[in-house]
Amino acid sequence: MKPFTVYQGVVAPMDRANIDTDMIIPKQFLKSIKRSGFGPNLFDELRYLDEGQPDSDNSGRPLNPDFVLNQPRFRQSSVLLARENFGCGSSREHAPWALEDFGFRCVIAPSFADIFFNNCFKNALLPIVLDEKIVDELFKEVASNESYELTINLEAQKIVKPSGEEIAFEVDAFRKHCLLNGLDDIGLTLQDSADIKNYESSRAKQAPWLFS
Amino acid sequence: MAGFTLYDKLWAQHVVKMRDDGTALIYIDRQLLHEVTSPQAFEGLRLAGRKPWRLDANLATPDHNVPTTLKEREAGIEGIQDPVSRIQVRTLDENCDEFGIQEFKMNDNRQGIVHVVGPEQGATLPGMTVVCGDSHTATHGAFAALAHGIGTSEVEHVMATQCLIQRKMKNLLIKVDGELGDAITGKDVVLHVIGVIGTAGGNGYAMEFGGSAIRSMSMEGRMTMCNMAIEAGARVGMVAFDGITAEYVKGRPFSPKADQWDAAMAAWSDLVSDEDAQFDKVVEIAAEDILPQVTWGTSPEMVTTIDGFVPKPEEAKDEVQKEAIERALSYMGLEGGQAITDIQLDRVFIGSCTNSRIEDLRAAAAVAKGNKVADTLMQALVVPGSGLVKEQAESEGLHTIFTDAGFEWREPGCSMCLAMNADKLGSGEHCASTSNRNFEGRQGYGGRTHLVSPAMAAAAAIAGHFVDVRDFEINSANQGAK
Ligand code: SF4
Repeated sequence: MKPFTVYQGVVAPMDRANIDTDMIIPKQFLKSIKRSGFGPNLFDELRYLDEGQPDSDNSGRPLNPDFVLNQPRFRQSSVLLARENFGCGSSREHAPWALEDFGFRCVIAPSFADIFFNNCFKNALLPIVLDEKIVDELFKEVASNESYELTINLEAQKIVKPSGEEIAFEVDAFRKHCLLNGLDDIGLTLQDSADIKNYESSRAKQAPWLFS
Repeated sequence: MAGFTLYDKLWAQHVVKMRDDGTALIYIDRQLLHEVTSPQAFEGLRLAGRKPWRLDANLATPDHNVPTTLKEREAGIEGIQDPVSRIQVRTLDENCDEFGIQEFKMNDNRQGIVHVVGPEQGATLPGMTVVCGDSHTATHGAFAALAHGIGTSEVEHVMATQCLIQRKMKNLLIKVDGELGDAITGKDVVLHVIGVIGTAGGNGYAMEFGGSAIRSMSMEGRMTMCNMAIEAGARVGMVAFDGITAEYVKGRPFSPKADQWDAAMAAWSDLVSDEDAQFDKVVEIAAEDILPQVTWGTSPEMVTTIDGFVPKPEEAKDEVQKEAIERALSYMGLEGGQAITDIQLDRVFIGSCTNSRIEDLRAAAAVAKGNKVADTLMQALVVPGSGLVKEQAESEGLHTIFTDAGFEWREPGCSMCLAMNADKLGSGEHCASTSNRNFEGRQGYGGRTHLVSPAMAAAAAIAGHFVDVRDFEINSANQGAK
């Protein structure tokens, strides 16, 4: 996983609540057995006017001109701004894979669905929860400023606005450590192998039916 | 000191170690695998040269992509028409063979939707932690188990270490007391709950369903409810252990054998929330208030009762909700103020991990019996949740009730729940569906889903539009068509 430290990028506003993972990456693309290549189909049903198919070329498809990521000023955006309960629905990790593959490094919303939130951290994508009022303000500022960019400083846990104003955010210490260093959790957990084995042997005495 | 909730107990029994930052390493007793969210996890193991920590904790079956017509199934994997689906199903077989994981392959009679197969096999047991790369893993919590969906990176993590890194959630109790009315099922109860607390209402909580209405509910009904806990934002849904749980679990292939049964029962009897347990939040619901539910919009919280109306945007509580209603009405092709019973249907789908168990099929068949699917419908599908559910239904003659009425009787799989195989809605079509998600495009590009119980879906298939199944039973002699 690539480390995440300080990041600056254009903010794309998606002004709706309950953006679900079916919307982020529709099911036909889940047939892939790979982990990459989902970016062109991110938000497929909103982004294109026809129905997308897996393993096919997207370059000639008709674009929906109203969709935010199709507007020239947001094409290169890497920070997504949305409303509450972002990422609800299925557990598909293809959703953060698609966001990351498109170029997003950070999603800001007043709340996230739990599984999606968790999946982001495994994929160098930083989900940031901010108060609804602050999110609302950000929407207004993005709307009234061409090429509005935010700087995300994970180490310092703050977002810096173009005006220089700072917004603090919370992040779990362990997840922050993993993101900053690009660490793989499996390797870390395996350092606790002896504890896992101890647990198994005592549990097998209490509940032998779980181990037969 | 206050007592413990069921969730507190399950959590405490599975902590391998607490870490300095307040997270815990949690032991996982069972991992269920299917073809969609596992290939990248197996690939990760291979690339890192890792082996599964404990083979016997894993059980796999393909479900999302498998075709459901006998014709396409007969030729085995090579017969799967869609080449991308074929590769995915084949990859699961190859991975399970290579790593030595038990799998119920496509044409095995034990194959089916993972969330139907696990409980049916006794592979889901009370007191277990159960995970799967699928958000509806919450289903298994009906057995007083701690069960939730995970992403593919975590699937790999569990395979490699048998553990997950977790932070404890908060406790939420949904207490449904009283007696449910005639024909009111777990599906109606859970849709009602989602309507009350909203799709984000359970975010960050482990949700226990309790109260007298849940205590008298069958395991099938409890599974339906826990299945949809995730649609209320809760990763975990749970029901306490009782005699109904024990009765269901006993004698299944993976269940404790006779010599361990008494010890297991003794351990399981504590899998209830203590009388004085402290919940962070309690929502009380009167069972008598629950009527048959129908969703009208594109989120499960956009739900009303069969005698209700599609809402008008001006009834919204704020701007964000107003826009959501407007967008949903436009997607669904409905108008504010329209009666639910006026919604005309194009297809009906009875199936999915929410409602494809034997009790669900019996409820639908009881309504379908002696009736005919309305000729305005293009298709009415019944897709059993597993090969064994299919066999059971056939031994009871349910399949002939369905086919005589004009329903199609299919092979087990996820089917039109998410339309990854050939079963899907056309653009603009309205479907009465017993599945769990009515998101835009979920059942097919441009498709319009209305979530209902199996009996309501069957009644709607016969009438061609939504009808109150409670009146319908009385009227069934005159075909229910008005
Ligand atoms: S039936 Fe539907 S919800 Fe259930 S596992 Fe299959 S696709 Fe997911």
